[in-house]
Amino acid sequence: MGEVSARCALEVRLLAARPVPLDVMLTCRSTELLALVGPSGAGKTTVLRAIAGLLRPSAGLVAVDGETWFSSESGVFVPPQARRVGLVFQDYALFPHLSALDNVAIALGSGLEPDPRRKAKSLLARVRLEGLEERRPAELSGGERQRVALARALAREPRVLLLDEPFSAVDRGTRERLKRELRILRESLEIPIVLVTHDIDEALALADRLSVLDHGTTIASGRPDEVRSRPSSPAVARLMGHANVFDGVVEAVAGEGGPGRIRWRGTVLVAGATGCFSKGERVTWLIGPENVALLKPGDRAGEAPENGIDGILTELLGASDQMIAAVRVGEGSDALLQFRIAAREARRLGLAPGTPVTVSLLSDAIHLMAPER
Amino acid sequence: MDWTAFALSLKLAFWTCVLILPVGVVAGRALAWGQFRGKALLEALILLPLVLPPTVLGYYLLVGFAPGSALGRLFASLFGAPLVFSFSGILVASLIANLPFAIQPLERAFEAIPPAVREAAWVSGLSNWRTFLKIELPLAWPGLVSGLALTFAHTLGEFGVILMIGGNIPGETQTLSIALYDRVQAFRNWEAGAMAAVLLAFSFLAIAIVHVMARRRPWLHG
Repeated sequence: MGEVSARCALEVRLLAARPVPLDVMLTCRSTELLALVGPSGAGKTTVLRAIAGLLRPSAGLVAVDGETWFSSESGVFVPPQARRVGLVFQDYALFPHLSALDNVAIALGSGLEPDPRRKAKSLLARVRLEGLEERRPAELSGGERQRVALARALAREPRVLLLDEPFSAVDRGTRERLKRELRILRESLEIPIVLVTHDIDEALALADRLSVLDHGTTIASGRPDEVRSRPSSPAVARLMGHANVFDGVVEAVAGEGGPGRIRWRGTVLVAGATGCFSKGERVTWLIGPENVALLKPGDRAGEAPENGIDGILTELLGASDQMIAAVRVGEGSDALLQFRIAAREARRLGLAPGTPVTVSLLSDAIHLMAPER
Repeated sequence: MDWTAFALSLKLAFWTCVLILPVGVVAGRALAWGQFRGKALLEALILLPLVLPPTVLGYYLLVGFAPGSALGRLFASLFGAPLVFSFSGILVASLIANLPFAIQPLERAFEAIPPAVREAAWVSGLSNWRTFLKIELPLAWPGLVSGLALTFAHTLGEFGVILMIGGNIPGETQTLSIALYDRVQAFRNWEAGAMAAVLLAFSFLAIAIVHVMARRRPWLHG
């Protein structure tokens, strides 16, 4: 990918009413991997199609490395053939009648490459498919097909690489291996990469930046850990898979945005930061299950625990090493606080549904958001 | 065996296949992927020759292309000869009668190509024309062979429409199926039997080809 410069950057703004309503804005620097996440039907694939030129939105801009591919303002629409974009389709969309080698070579065959087949062979070697060059897609495994699709996408020395749910059509073992290989491949690619996925864990594991799409609208973007631990709204929190999302009222604030207290179901919790919220305001707060700890009998001896909450253990799920436990807080309430616990520990403590327990909430991990509506 | 009639039938079938091929490909492709007003109506119109009595089609062609009619005069001035009672006349009739046989298999074949495969070709830098030649046509190949085989066999068996517009002129419009009828009328049963056997063989061969092609996805095997 020699001549691809390090300046490559992708800038996308899209507005459309059809086929799905879109209001999207995203940027991705070269060498950066941007994960586009959201539930199915959120318009993630539509965004990729608009970047590739397979769809013309009613308004917006697609620019790569300062070159405009689409601009409704100036009436520019570069056809997909002229965009130099690498797109790995969800089900790979390989040419079924061509060998793996020809699938890649045909993408090189627009006259610029003196020896397309040799180049195709080296691209297949790069995705570790030596020896399978003459096989047709039907004779390849899911993982091998994905690699052919990747090699084909890289054939044109693309200026942006688009991956549409690239791991959804393969089994779990293959998925982990392909993810590892994508991480290695990235080292040699100096272009923006956009990965579409509905799997939050996959996005968190692979992405440098996250853009959350819901109903065709970008509702959050930023560093993955930030978007996940400090979501901008309850909707983002839900999409990020947060279970511990509750409503409360700010009771006290020490200095603007400083630490404060929130009242929640008869208890008062200390939050490390209150953001823009002031006393008396209703808030939605959340805490990641990794920041909720079970207090063991011996822990009670010293000083009062940080945000200690009493409840009844109602669920204990997962049989292998790590279990998810849920605590019901308050008599007859439906508020379930989830936390993780090692299976060995749960057994040692004799935990079972119905056990009264006390959990501690890390105050710095309590994040406040404006409630919905 | 009437070799003149046999040769004429082959000639008619050959030219029908040659001329209907581009029409079938363009129309089949457009109907498979195109979204346009009146598509359902057009599809119904193309299917019409399947159910229309051949004599009805022949009648309209005869009236429409009569030497005194506007179309007849236009044709005569363009090609220097009248359409009715001539080889060109039965060729035009054969083309119209075969539209559903050529277009239908091609339409199905183009429909079976996933849209993403064509899009992958565009994204891979293939122009629309190269996508057609390198991707669409090879994938639609079984449909193309089926369409041609059906057209070929159906043309050999065409009777009513040819009799109406072409009459029964040996060497010009008397095809094998009309010659067969002629011999039966003249009680020359042995000759009629030979012709019937030839037509039977061709029809069977065509159906066999269509059947094999319908199941064949050559790219699935090594």
